Amino acid sequence: MTDLLYWLQGPVPETEPPTAEMPPWGETKVVGKPVPRVDAYERVSGSAVYPLDFALPDMLHAAILRSPHAHARVKAIDTSAAEKMPGVRAILTAFSPGADVPWYRSRGRFYSKLFDERVRHEGDEVAAVAAETRAQAFDALKAIRVEYEEFAFVLDPRESLAPDAPLVHDGGNRYGEPARYERGDLAAGFAAADAVVEATYSTACEIHAPMEVHGSVAKWDGNRLTIWDSTQGVFVVQQMVAGALKLPLANVRVIGHYMGGGFGSKLEAGKYTVIAALLAKTTARPVKLFLTREEVFLNAGNRPANTMKVKIGAKKDGALTAIEFSSIGSGGAYPNGADTSFLATDLYTCPNVAAVDENVAINAGRARAMRAPGFPQGAWALEQAMDELALKLGMDPVALRLANVPKVSQRRGNLPYTSTGLAECLRDGAKAFGWETTRAAKKDDGPIRKGYGVAAGMWGYGGGPPARVVVKLFADGSVNVNAGAADIGTGTKTVMAQTVAEELGVPLEKIRIEHADTGTTQYSGPSGGSKTVPSDMPAARAAAVEVRTKLLAGAAEELKVPAAELKLEGADVVSTKDPAKKLAVTEVPALQRNQVIVGVGTRGPNVEGKVISMFAAHFAEVEVNVRTGEVSVTKLVAAQDSARVMNRLTFECQVQGGLVMGLGLGRTEERVLDRQTGKMVNANWHDYKIPTALDVPVAQEVLSAELVDTECNTAGAKGVGEPATIPTAAAIANAVRDAVGLRVHDSPITPPKLAALLAAAGKKG
Amino acid sequence: MKKTITLDVNGVAETAEVEVGQTLLRFLRDGLDLTGTKEGCNEGECGSCMVLLDGRPVNSCLVLAVEADGRSVTTVEGLSREGVLHPLQKAFLSQAAVQCGFCTPGMVVSAAALLRENPEPTEDDVKKALAGNLCRCTGYKQIVDAVRDAAAAMRAGAVAGGEAGKPAEREEVPA
Repeated sequence: MTDLLYWLQGPVPETEPPTAEMPPWGETKVVGKPVPRVDAYERVSGSAVYPLDFALPDMLHAAILRSPHAHARVKAIDTSAAEKMPGVRAILTAFSPGADVPWYRSRGRFYSKLFDERVRHEGDEVAAVAAETRAQAFDALKAIRVEYEEFAFVLDPRESLAPDAPLVHDGGNRYGEPARYERGDLAAGFAAADAVVEATYSTACEIHAPMEVHGSVAKWDGNRLTIWDSTQGVFVVQQMVAGALKLPLANVRVIGHYMGGGFGSKLEAGKYTVIAALLAKTTARPVKLFLTREEVFLNAGNRPANTMKVKIGAKKDGALTAIEFSSIGSGGAYPNGADTSFLATDLYTCPNVAAVDENVAINAGRARAMRAPGFPQGAWALEQAMDELALKLGMDPVALRLANVPKVSQRRGNLPYTSTGLAECLRDGAKAFGWETTRAAKKDDGPIRKGYGVAAGMWGYGGGPPARVVVKLFADGSVNVNAGAADIGTGTKTVMAQTVAEELGVPLEKIRIEHADTGTTQYSGPSGGSKTVPSDMPAARAAAVEVRTKLLAGAAEELKVPAAELKLEGADVVSTKDPAKKLAVTEVPALQRNQVIVGVGTRGPNVEGKVISMFAAHFAEVEVNVRTGEVSVTKLVAAQDSARVMNRLTFECQVQGGLVMGLGLGRTEERVLDRQTGKMVNANWHDYKIPTALDVPVAQEVLSAELVDTECNTAGAKGVGEPATIPTAAAIANAVRDAVGLRVHDSPITPPKLAALLAAAGKKG
Repeated sequence: MKKTITLDVNGVAETAEVEVGQTLLRFLRDGLDLTGTKEGCNEGECGSCMVLLDGRPVNSCLVLAVEADGRSVTTVEGLSREGVLHPLQKAFLSQAAVQCGFCTPGMVVSAAALLRENPEPTEDDVKKALAGNLCRCTGYKQIVDAVRDAAAAMRAGAVAGGEAGKPAEREEVPA
């Protein structure tokens, strides 16, 4: 399953297992409750300082000159005019001291440099300027003269392997050999099938488009560097910057208290981070460098476009006999994951499976992990194919899926799941949606046709070490929690406070979280992959339990009873045998003498011999206008299996957001590259459409299967961010098929595409 | 070229010399350090920089600072008074209508403008009023619910707070 650990390289990480016994929580008092975010005041009042808001005395502002060409060689750069521009303090090019930094590493090889003489997509970095004001920096960029030698380019992954295709990288356009997976006997499986369907599906390239643009503020004190970064993981940024600048890790402090969204695009240091640091070094002044919105569209990651061919066979009763899946996608001009086959190989029980993932280079912006990388694409193909199969078999699409719910992870050595709620999600979701009654009442007349669709999904990673959290109980009974994880908006700080409150009985108002600072907080992996709750909350729980153990031991000494007979009750330590024996927490002598009790918690290893996955089933109702091809999504139901829900409010909010991101994939979002120039023609929010409030269905419901999972980790929660968006677009596509009997195979389902199909089929009302 | 402007920002009279090409957004953030107003795109698409100009919602990245001369500006910082949140902010907080929070100030300001005009908005009214405010995290549902909750609370007069941009004590709660 290393293929899913997209944020890690190297050996399996670990932190030592916690020493404390932590039986599964029974009934909880704070965990699971719908408490508002502990930092909500900051976020609603405008007082939260985001990295983009951050300023330092004497700070300079920087901007980056980017290639206007999709593929070219920088023959010469003349910065002489720019150097004389007002306010300009430094200009950085490939030839500047210290700027020869290798960049974009994959499989032990660097594919480019901070400023490479060969630019491989529109937006590749060419030079950078630091000036007294932002306007001066951008003015100076315009005065830099660059001579380019333009090359032919390739934009479509399907054309990238043609014999005459332009080479993005010397040595060929493949990022590694195609990844193949096989089990059973595919030919025998198809021969045994009563029904077989086969089709090709594709998804358009999506842009993460978080509300806060990417960027950093860099400040040097001698040879020590401090960076304020809009990031999902301060420790990743620390490692990448230290590596690039050949600095000790300890000399690079990265701080990221607030950040305005990432969705996977902020799981790494940007070139902008290193460029800001180099400009700050050159000028001996703090430097702020944030991208423009257009730069984010061009060069801060994307969900790659994928073309996927699916062939599925099944017996009359719906039992799958064979799945053949092939996918081609592109990490972009520099390597990044583009695989989509996981769902096809693991979501349903099927003995005979063959899958191949091909990842090729094109002359367009590099991909970055985007919310469940590869999975919404895989669901788009697999779940539409399942829908076609159900039609061919004459089966209810829900029933077909229920007939193939897996008991083990076939992709991962047939290991059982710690919990699997796929069947519950399908059944509960269908019930809440009114699947059978609404479908039975469907009418097919008039220009507006209703349709109903379902799709399922899973996310194959349930967190793990390393994670460490320190909890400090102060002499007045208040608590400080110290953890390295970023709160990217999911509510990490809130559920961590709830976790600690659960064990220590301290009200949330008396808990303060220090987080996301490599200099002062504990190591944690980046917040992504739905792994923050399952990785970091067990560590927080362990730290709180250690504090409680020490506190009870201190009270036991004073009360002269065994610690084992003591418990925490509100602000008191009380004997379970003799309620008269009690002591206020604040009066425990050990706490008063030390003024603090410290607990250190770690995330132990994952359970052996099992795998941890979250499941989901989404249901969609659409109205299709057969005159115009317009699709209105009128209802969405998400049924999620994440085991324990840590906080009903933050859980629901994340799932609602996942649904709407899936709505974007299904209906509107598409990076458009111009075949003549290789440029992105919709690098702005006017032309690249993310859903607005008006696109969101009136009826939107979130269900949780709430299975009890005592093995996934000591918090019993599996995470939710990714699975909340995986099946949505496919469910919408299936609903459209149900409404008009036609299928748009290529996302997004736009009115022109659907209208053309309707016209061709003579169905245009 | 520079010009001296005088304007009311959140009830405080400000006089400043600004470049004529400077946007109101830049002036608020860089000139007055009011960073609650966010910059999301700088081209009028996302609504993160929404402020009230004489009570009407505008994308402050599309307004020049000199255009605000002699006028009144309310930013998200002006909605709360001395640490007491506006009913809209309270509703966003209790409804969990916030994730990363970057769009939130603009959302709250747009919603405040709506409630000034329409104290009893339907779901559709709210969605239309917020159509110019993008959010990539929440999926909007809790935001729409929060705005309607705040409207109800303000109508009931049950919550201290006030009409956008005015102190609580001068508040006139709509009937």
